[in-house]
Amino acid sequence: MGRFRHFINIIILVILSTVALRLLFDVILALPMAASAEARPIDHLFNGHFWMISFLFSLIMVMMIYSIFVFRRADGDETDGPHIHGNSKLEITWTVIPLMVVLGFGVWGAFTLNEITRPKDGEMTVNVTGRQWSWSFKYPEQGDAAAAELVLPVNRTIVLKMNAEDVIHSFWVPEFRVKQDLVPGRETTLRITPTEIGNYRLRCAEICGQNHTTMEADVKVVSAEDFQAWIEQKSAGPSFADMTPEERGAYWASTEGFACVACHTTDGTPSAGPTWQGLYMHNVKLADGSTTEANDEYLHNSIIDPNLQIVDGFLPNVMPGNFGDRFAEREQEVGAAEGIDLDISADLIAYIKSLQ
Amino acid sequence: MRTLKILLTSALVKGLVGQAVGWALGYSFVALLRALRGLPTPWLYEPAVAFGAIISLLGFLVAAGVLADWLRWIVGKKTELKHGAPAGQPGWARYINVDTNHKVIGVQYAITSILLLLVGGYFAIVFRIELAQPGMQWLTNDEFNTLFSAHGIVMIAGILLGVGAMVNYLVPLMIGAPDMAFPRLNAFSYWVTIPSAVIILMGMAVGGWDTGWVGYATLSLKAPLGVVLFLLGFWMNGFSSIASSLNMLVTVTTMRAKGMTLFRMPIVVWGSIAASIIQLTATQTVGVALTLTVAERVLGLNFFDPVGGGDPILYQHLFWFYSHPVVYVFVLPGLGVIAELLPVFARKPLFGYRWVALSSLGIALVGFLVWAHHMFTSGMDDALRVPFMFSTMLVAVPTGVKFFSWVATMWEGKLPKNPPTPLLFVFGAISIFLIGGVTGPILGTIPTDLHLHDSYWIVGHFHATMFGGYIFPFFAALYYWYPKVTGRMYKESLGKLHFWLMLPAFWVMSIGQMSVGLLGMRRRVADYDPALGITTTHILITLAALVIGWSVLIMIYNFIASARTEPAADTNPWGSRSPEWQIPSPIPEFNYVTPIEVVGEPYDYGLAGSVYTRTIAPAPSGD
Ligand code: HEC
Ligand SMILES: [Cu+2]
Ligand SMILES: [Cu+2]
Repeated sequence: MGRFRHFINIIILVILSTVALRLLFDVILALPMAASAEARPIDHLFNGHFWMISFLFSLIMVMMIYSIFVFRRADGDETDGPHIHGNSKLEITWTVIPLMVVLGFGVWGAFTLNEITRPKDGEMTVNVTGRQWSWSFKYPEQGDAAAAELVLPVNRTIVLKMNAEDVIHSFWVPEFRVKQDLVPGRETTLRITPTEIGNYRLRCAEICGQNHTTMEADVKVVSAEDFQAWIEQKSAGPSFADMTPEERGAYWASTEGFACVACHTTDGTPSAGPTWQGLYMHNVKLADGSTTEANDEYLHNSIIDPNLQIVDGFLPNVMPGNFGDRFAEREQEVGAAEGIDLDISADLIAYIKSLQ
Repeated sequence: MRTLKILLTSALVKGLVGQAVGWALGYSFVALLRALRGLPTPWLYEPAVAFGAIISLLGFLVAAGVLADWLRWIVGKKTELKHGAPAGQPGWARYINVDTNHKVIGVQYAITSILLLLVGGYFAIVFRIELAQPGMQWLTNDEFNTLFSAHGIVMIAGILLGVGAMVNYLVPLMIGAPDMAFPRLNAFSYWVTIPSAVIILMGMAVGGWDTGWVGYATLSLKAPLGVVLFLLGFWMNGFSSIASSLNMLVTVTTMRAKGMTLFRMPIVVWGSIAASIIQLTATQTVGVALTLTVAERVLGLNFFDPVGGGDPILYQHLFWFYSHPVVYVFVLPGLGVIAELLPVFARKPLFGYRWVALSSLGIALVGFLVWAHHMFTSGMDDALRVPFMFSTMLVAVPTGVKFFSWVATMWEGKLPKNPPTPLLFVFGAISIFLIGGVTGPILGTIPTDLHLHDSYWIVGHFHATMFGGYIFPFFAALYYWYPKVTGRMYKESLGKLHFWLMLPAFWVMSIGQMSVGLLGMRRRVADYDPALGITTTHILITLAALVIGWSVLIMIYNFIASARTEPAADTNPWGSRSPEWQIPSPIPEFNYVTPIEVVGEPYDYGLAGSVYTRTIAPAPSGD
């Protein structure tokens, strides 16, 4: 009879504790707002897990604490506990039931996974490129419009086709719940269906070197009309012919252009690369011990073939070596559109010159 | 003066000097080769540094005398096993010299382990202070990245050494053996970890690295010079794992006392067997991953960089094939300690001994089939992700068996009203390993993992697993066997203080980490956006980390002070049935002066008149 009473106590305590913990989790283990269609089934699964966590934690803790306080040795008692070796039926029970439960969660997970990854009607593709330490986006279905922020129409499934240029990065917007790595050498895909208009932040979730922390981009979910308007404005692009070389250089250096700002500051603080403030025509100490003057030729070489001369205190192989090709491609595009002859490297040097 | 001389002529100091000399020789060799081709060698030239590091390992081992006996064997000389301190030196000198006694090596492992845990913990506290507030306070990104990378690998090395300490000290005692099967190999396993640790720490001095302890390609190929030393140090540490696990398995299979059948061994031995099987069979794959990375960086071969046709995902497979199972190397011996101590204090048999023993092997086996759950976001096909999800969920089953058996052991047991420190740490271990355990399946189901992967939830989850499965049981073991090792009792009041500081602090830390992770805190970031609303929690986490740090210092003080001032302890203060408690403390050189035989079950507490082991008359000596 005594045993029976203990079991009743345990059952009551475990139920109370489970419910209390589950309620507590809403406070201390809260999820961010859900802003995608994928977040819904995932949050259901989260909820199921949170109940399971509350229950299992309560079960073991209640039994342990109960044993510690209820069965503990009375004062003056010198005897041993009951000689119980085990119980195969119990062992089988607590092997089989957990097995069923975890397999159940596995099936639930598999169905949810299928729901969030299967192709949907009316999908739109956006190309995502990650590189140390910036993001860029291209809209192949909207005439290849390019942007440094991710603007998405609400309630439409977006297929992100993702590529990394250098090392592994990872696409994560917590409000969308899903995450996908960008792996150099292969294209990875992620489907998201934003459901809430608003501003979010994309942050790289895979360590990718020095400035991993700051590898971020704005994400804007807008109405279909606003998206259309944004695309039209993006496709028009800046009119390069009307800009001064310095202005163009600033544009190329920004995340909209070639994201030099991910590694170079203009305010005197070094980042992954040297600052550009006061660089022009000053003496630069190189890693091999020599010194050189930062004239046009040096700057041009530093941009096109960065490993040729390494600035003292900085690392080789950090600055991408492919700007020459990327500049040429862009020069051609703009040339075809606006009929002007651009020299992006010269624009950048003009901009650096202006940063005294 | 004399102390200084003993120190300076110890194997430790000789080894370190030998390591420096070896490094210089290796470096100069590469420089010489280049000079012959007319090339200059810049300072810290990577291939020279790497080659120097490899030679430095040899330099250490030769100078410390770790290889001495084997080298003599090669030229046909026989050597005797030496015992005791070097001639004319006090007993403590054994611990800084090459010694082949498993108990000495166990203590060496333990001290080195605690030192590494202190160093790694110190790194954590430095960057935790940085994280207490958004914005960069006192570290640069590079410093932050180096610190968390070094924190990871130094802690892992420290944990592996702590496992070595428990296994080395306890297993021969528990199976009634005089020593390990290969005492010289045992010494080698210990000593090789020191130059490895030095090389890893040198990596911080030559520019650090920013890959975390995982060293994923292709970041590892672009990282600063320090990464090469990290990779090499990690790689060399693998020798210790492989050699010591082999030694341990041979010891258990061939040197058990009469009557010590497999199911009559103390349960810690089962945990050690499972851990050793993993170490012996999985360490090689991470060794391959590290070798290929070094070869790609230093020699220009191409394995992982897609530009030359390599595949960065290949690295992850090789890496996790070891690095997932190794988690069980950390925790299985610790879980064994929990199961060993509970019956002693509850005065009740271990519930379901065979199930507990076999669940260790079950965990080890399933542990080999789940590695790709670390790669659910890497772009793997669903046809692969889903099977790995199911195999991962299976881990919960044998782990559950352990929890239920522990609880059933305590149920109706006569736990003391005022639990002594080791028992407190066992309770703490169960509660924390439980946090780690129940927060695992949510990472196993892919859809939820897509949110949690690479977030602070993971950080919280695995710290709970490590603290619950390793740190708390290790501390329990240190307190519990302290009187056996030193012959004196630790100070109970300080032990309790340590526990009551560390347990709540750890709870706050790990629940806080999970909380910020859910809200969007990424792993391995030096800074975070205050807009995430996680600043207060980060302050709490940092404070908790500081409390944990201080509490560990209290333990160390306790152990050092008690060894000098406390009165001699009883032979068997806990009333254990295990054979090591039936012999004097500290234990004689060859453990059982008269051999023992096993005549009963190990955990028959509560069965009147039952005996586990008894001494047998010494067999007539054969030689
Ligand atoms: C991934 C980081 C990164 C990006 C992006 C990057 N750089 Fe660099 N840059 C560096 C590093 C590191 C150095 C120093 C090492 C060296 O000399 O190559 C450097 C050096 C330079 C220098 C020489 C500076 C000096 O003080 O002598 C110039 C000029 C330069 N970069 C221009 C650019 C331009 C223009 C862009 C964008 C089109 C760019 N960088 C993009 C990392 C970067
Ligand atoms: Cu990153
Ligand atoms: Cu794992």
